[in-house]
Amino acid sequence: MSATTQHEPHLPSLNDEPEQLDFTVTESRDARRARLSSGVLILVVGVLLAVLFFTTTGISRFALSDAFAEVQLPTIELPGRLTVALCAVLCLLAGAGFLSGRLRGRAPMIAGLVAGLAVTLGFLAWAAAGKDLPFPVANQLAGTVFTATPLILGALCGVVGERAGVVNVAIEGQFLTAAFAAALTGSITKSIWAALFAAVLAGVLMAAVLALFAIKYLVDQVVLGVVINLLASGLTGFLFDQLVQPNSRALNSGPVMQAIPIPLLADIPLLGPVLFQQTILVYLAIASIVVVWWLLYRTRWGLRLRAVGEHPKAADTVGISVKAVRWQAVLVGGIFSGLGGAFFTVGSIGSFSKDLTVGNGFIALAAVIMGRWHPVLAATMALFFGFVVQMASQLQTLNTPVPSQFLLMLPYIATIIAVAGLIGRTRGPAADGVPYTK
Amino acid sequence: MTTANARADRFTQWARGRWREWAITLAAFVLALLVGAILMCAADPDVAGQFAYLFTAPALPLGAAWAKVSTAYSALLAGAVGSPTALAATSAAAAPLICAGLAVGLAFRAGLFNIGAQGQAIVGSIAAAWVGFALPLPPVIHLVVAVLAGLLAGGVWGGVVGWLKARTGAHEVIVTIMMNYIAGGVLAWVLTTDAFQRPGRDDPISPEVPASAAFPRLYEQLHLGFFVAILAAVAVAWLLDRSVLGFSIRAVGANPHAAGTAGMNVSATTIITMATAGALAGLAGVMAALGPSVNGVPVPLTEGLVGTVGFDAITVALLGRSRPLGIVLAGLLFGGLNSGGLAMQSVAQTPLTLTLVLQALVVLFVAAPQLVATLVPFLNARKAKVSLTGADA
Repeated sequence: MSATTQHEPHLPSLNDEPEQLDFTVTESRDARRARLSSGVLILVVGVLLAVLFFTTTGISRFALSDAFAEVQLPTIELPGRLTVALCAVLCLLAGAGFLSGRLRGRAPMIAGLVAGLAVTLGFLAWAAAGKDLPFPVANQLAGTVFTATPLILGALCGVVGERAGVVNVAIEGQFLTAAFAAALTGSITKSIWAALFAAVLAGVLMAAVLALFAIKYLVDQVVLGVVINLLASGLTGFLFDQLVQPNSRALNSGPVMQAIPIPLLADIPLLGPVLFQQTILVYLAIASIVVVWWLLYRTRWGLRLRAVGEHPKAADTVGISVKAVRWQAVLVGGIFSGLGGAFFTVGSIGSFSKDLTVGNGFIALAAVIMGRWHPVLAATMALFFGFVVQMASQLQTLNTPVPSQFLLMLPYIATIIAVAGLIGRTRGPAADGVPYTK
Repeated sequence: MTTANARADRFTQWARGRWREWAITLAAFVLALLVGAILMCAADPDVAGQFAYLFTAPALPLGAAWAKVSTAYSALLAGAVGSPTALAATSAAAAPLICAGLAVGLAFRAGLFNIGAQGQAIVGSIAAAWVGFALPLPPVIHLVVAVLAGLLAGGVWGGVVGWLKARTGAHEVIVTIMMNYIAGGVLAWVLTTDAFQRPGRDDPISPEVPASAAFPRLYEQLHLGFFVAILAAVAVAWLLDRSVLGFSIRAVGANPHAAGTAGMNVSATTIITMATAGALAGLAGVMAALGPSVNGVPVPLTEGLVGTVGFDAITVALLGRSRPLGIVLAGLLFGGLNSGGLAMQSVAQTPLTLTLVLQALVVLFVAAPQLVATLVPFLNARKAKVSLTGADA
């Protein structure tokens, strides 16, 4: 890898003919570095796939619908070795394309997509080859959307806050308090809607703590986020130990959301169970993506919010109240993280246990940065993470030769690769994390 | 004369600033204890129920609240500093906190946010424990090799983050978080392999580390590791204030562009800082793996061996304002809260999690001197400038 950055910059000299002008010269140092590291990374993965080729035997089968579906779709059978080999070649070609630097316009994006798909398909073909059970594609996709739900909501919370210039490392803490509030309220009232309302309220309250200390008291926002996470862990843990634990039948047995199939749409083969046979929280998450996009890019408030995050002084000069807009942004973000927190209790298992969000808030934060502070991209990154988590748990049932602990590490390794290799230096909103004082 | 006067003035100013810092920290601690007391009473149905009589018979609720709070806090105090045994327990709890706090603080000074002390401590504990139970070495050498192995493992784990940051620009916050999970996964995996799993056991637990690789005990729970931690703090202080590397760490932390323009190698500084920070956090893992527990022998490697030291370390570094001496004091304070919290849990039946709330509140109040000034007006804390990360110091 170290050789990749050793390329001498090609300086145009007097002898160069104008028509021989090399366009790579116009590529910035950072862009070239990002391109080369992406290329090397894709090549390395391609080589790994080529190695896997030698351990592939038999036929890989992918079941498009699960065994209980009314309309049975065919199970696709692919020759294992051929598929892996083909994917490895595609990967190597894409990597070579990146390294050559001759990809222009949309070509790098397409090459990146091809490489990503090839890696996924190749790896799955290798894992499923020669197994008794087919790889359940429908489960995989439905599980992806389900697992990604809190991540999408958390990422949207981060996007709204950070576009206004308030870094939100406290998503984890907001999740945890909201999850606790939802379980407690749900257990007492036995109502999902009351639980959701309590979760949103808890998320907004934690967001208010963040806003108060970040905007009014100008505390370093990353530090603040870490402290709020600790506070949330301590508060929920203490209340759980002191109040809930001794009385868990009354206070910790919340209702669990059931999947609500949408009439007609849920009957579409493959797509129906994935998108239209989910819980209300999943629908809310998908709707939230559109809402946040619309708020940020199609309303006056969103324009002001982005202005405050990029250049607060300019916004202030034209009469926008920087602090008010930031307060609003952080509180609106709290709504989404509150909904996301509800997922961990009433959205999935009903009961609360200490620190049950296990770092999902941080992964949502990673999705914000990987998604370049854009709601749709950030949600896509959350889905990517959900996909890898779901794949790891699906593969465990297939008895792959890889130890299960390594499969569970897969999402985290994939995130590092995505952050380091494919995304590289990202630029957030210019005033992100900078308190504003007149 | 004028220079002497100016110097005296500067000293007065400095002393006043320091006094204010101390006063704020003290006020923050008192405020945190107050909020903790309110929380304790509100969460106890017996005490909270008495408050219905607040206006008819005020002695009832106030007496109940006072009894509740004073029992809990006196148990906390006694468990932290009440006896030589308690002090020794505090020192044992503080040692890993100090090391990991230094790991976070050192990275702060270079402008890097090292959330990965947890993962670095985990790999440090894996390496140290393995050398401890697998290699048959003579007494002193065994301990030294085990400590070095832990330092090296942590250093590599942190160095990878620095390398990725310097080479690809990957955000260190994300990478360290992910490296924490990966370290946890590696630990879970090695404990299932023949090299690590105790023979004849099915659960993930390693063989015991023999006495030859353990930190020798000096008095009750006080062991050599505590002095190693203090030594590490002195070394970091020297590194930051007296060495060329420390100067470039602080310069990069203050302004990487200016440091780069001035000819410093920002990439190399980033990598070295993260590797050093990783080694320090690895040392915290070493303390967990080789430090004797209450029964005199080190706890064998399990999945929860290092606890949450890497995350507690962030608050230690913040409260210590990323300065080595401050980190030692903050580590002792939180070590005391930990060991006292255990006593509070067993004596006063107040959950240990209360100490987490206290830790968070202390740092929150310290970070917001204006709030402290509003609540405690005579402190004149409004003028105080607080930089918890010390990055611009």
